[in-house]
Amino acid sequence: MDANSLYFSLELVAGSGLTLNVEQRAALQTSLVIMKKNYKFNRVLFWGKILGLKEDYFIAQGRGEDELRDKKNLYSFNCMDWFLLPPATESMMEEVSAAAKGRFTGDPSYVYEGRKEYGDGEEIKVNEERRLAVTVHLIDEEVSVIPRGSFIRNPQGLVQINRSFSGLSDSEARKLDNFLHFNIPKNLKKKIINEMGEWNPVMDFLGPLTDDIPKGSWSLQFESAGKVCVLRSLLWLGLTFYHVPFTPQHGYLYIGDGTKNLDLPFML
Amino acid sequence: MAWQLGLTSSLKSRTRYDHLTCLLTKVLDEQPHNAVDVLEDMSCDVKRALFKGGQSNLRDLPHTTAAELLAEQQRLLFARQEEATQEEELVESPLPNVSEVGFYLEQAGVSLGREELQRIFLALKQLVASHGLLHCRLWGKILGTESSYIVAEAEYREDEEEESTDEATEDEERGTQEEQGENETDPIPRSTYKAPPVVPKEAIGTGTNKFVYYVCKEPGLPWVKLPSVSPAQITAARQICKFFTGRLDNPIVSYPPFPGNEANYLRAQIARISAGTQVSPQGFYQAREEEGDEDEEAPQDSHEVNPDFEGIPASEMAESLNTWVHHVQHILQQGRCTWVNLTENPRDDSNEEAEADEREEEPDEPEPEVGPSLLTPVSQDIEMFNTPPWSCRLSSALTSQHAVAVLRSNLWPGACAYACGKKFENIYVGWGVKCTGEGHSLPLPLQPQKEYPSGPEITEALDPSLEEEQALQEALEEQQATQEETEESGEEEEDDD
Repeated sequence: MDANSLYFSLELVAGSGLTLNVEQRAALQTSLVIMKKNYKFNRVLFWGKILGLKEDYFIAQGRGEDELRDKKNLYSFNCMDWFLLPPATESMMEEVSAAAKGRFTGDPSYVYEGRKEYGDGEEIKVNEERRLAVTVHLIDEEVSVIPRGSFIRNPQGLVQINRSFSGLSDSEARKLDNFLHFNIPKNLKKKIINEMGEWNPVMDFLGPLTDDIPKGSWSLQFESAGKVCVLRSLLWLGLTFYHVPFTPQHGYLYIGDGTKNLDLPFML
Repeated sequence: MAWQLGLTSSLKSRTRYDHLTCLLTKVLDEQPHNAVDVLEDMSCDVKRALFKGGQSNLRDLPHTTAAELLAEQQRLLFARQEEATQEEELVESPLPNVSEVGFYLEQAGVSLGREELQRIFLALKQLVASHGLLHCRLWGKILGTESSYIVAEAEYREDEEEESTDEATEDEERGTQEEQGENETDPIPRSTYKAPPVVPKEAIGTGTNKFVYYVCKEPGLPWVKLPSVSPAQITAARQICKFFTGRLDNPIVSYPPFPGNEANYLRAQIARISAGTQVSPQGFYQAREEEGDEDEEAPQDSHEVNPDFEGIPASEMAESLNTWVHHVQHILQQGRCTWVNLTENPRDDSNEEAEADEREEEPDEPEPEVGPSLLTPVSQDIEMFNTPPWSCRLSSALTSQHAVAVLRSNLWPGACAYACGKKFENIYVGWGVKCTGEGHSLPLPLQPQKEYPSGPEITEALDPSLEEEQALQEALEEQQATQEETEESGEEEEDDD
């Protein structure tokens, strides 16, 4: 969620149970401003918190010109001193999926040892910092959400905030296909001509949530006396997206233990 | 000329002639200084004045949105009660201090939203007033896919009666009907399957049924009481992993099949979570001392508040797990808190000798299951899936003298406890599922049952070869020959008589 709206939007996602205490919020307000200046970000977001066994990681994300591709992630233990995470590459993702198991310990230099399942079966060692980078990247890729119309793509391909987004209406916010994944779509389903009534190439360049498999991996509810539309992911438990209808306020936050819910097909 | 002008405006309701008349009337009335300069503007003004506005005869129907309906119901929460009940409340309030608990929970990082928490506490107050409960406490919130449950824990009143389920009698009736049908025609082979004996439920007020739980979807909506839990439901709940939908009558489709619907599953999970994660600072509760305790081995199932508790400093509580103890009884493998021996026959009390003989003969006499006793420290919990079962820390590193010690469960993600001086509280906000480590795996299907007893008539055997058949035939002929001889000799003997 945007750093500027942190102080009121934390209340809107608090329905999931976890939140930040006052001290952490105050520290974030100071440190995120400093971070924006130092790293020259366009916008700074507080991405969330990953709970480890001994320590918790606070994650922040800085966005550049292109909101979709220009992202940098940083982590901290006390919301004050931030360290840059390396960008996640394919090889890093393979290593982490082979070696890292269980919960995050809270020590970024802790080394996970595993063995490759294919090929020569050689040993792989991965440290927790890389696992953190890969986890944040995966969560962003799989479950980051925006309401339809809040980001637009200009003719050069840059994805930017839509300044004239006035929010989804109450009835629109109850339908899951008005929410889109905020990632570079791999297979964008081409809609048949019946469904293309309101299709707009400026807004509809992302995949809607209804294309997710298994169906039902999102929980859409209205919380806070029916005023805020809250989407919770059942695949990565802990990701909460909020949107106040008829206003441009929206954002998502992840507070959880950083593990994918592989039992989802059993649990639905 | 007017006629010519009139012809050219067929579609408009006014003609150019009419418009010019109005315009000239306006100029003559107002007499502006530069009439020629402002003539076009005045013409526009005249045209605009003709526009009657978008007042159509259709009006919007006011919709009542869901938010408005909810607001109406939640308005009742804020209604003040009558003066007469205020005296009772001053004596002992069954609810804990609202804002204090919310403040400490927020320090610990757990929150449901400040306004939401306030509404929940007002709803709890309404629950206590409407049902006349003695003690009530917010147990937590269980998230569901369509809507969530807010759970309140309360003690049973003394006059509560248990609703008896007539499942056992229904089965008996069905059995007798089947028997009557079968006696008329050839008897069908009866199944020799005997279901394993059903573990009896615990009485209300003890063990897993010590408290009664009420749930509601949103604060302000009516509270629904959950049924008491049975050991079969707990055992089944241990083997499945399901999300809650938010509808209490939703059937649970799972393998192994769960005996009940979502309300029962919810109650079973609440029981498991309470037993696993309700903790308190050591010394807050002490064991109840009863006079005339014959059975010292019987597990204690009750505790009382220790009046001499002085509080442990938060830094100590955050460092060692020895300072936290469980204050809810552990649920045994059987599904109950106190063990019950199922192989005993309570009817044969007269034949004590026979019973003693039977017990000696049975090699697999079940050993009583024993769980950790009440008030054992949390540090003795077993580690599962290579993760320690609890994580504890201080809520703030900068102002540690006023910080709160926070204990979070890793087995039940979402269970949290805080302690600060003499005050502590437990809460659960989560999806109601246990951490499954590597992943949930279904139990394998059972061995197929033997359908019929195998005997010589139906066991397969090789058909005899030609030589064997001939040998058999010769043997039979010999036998027949000897039989005839003995018969003849028998007849001769009879003839002699």
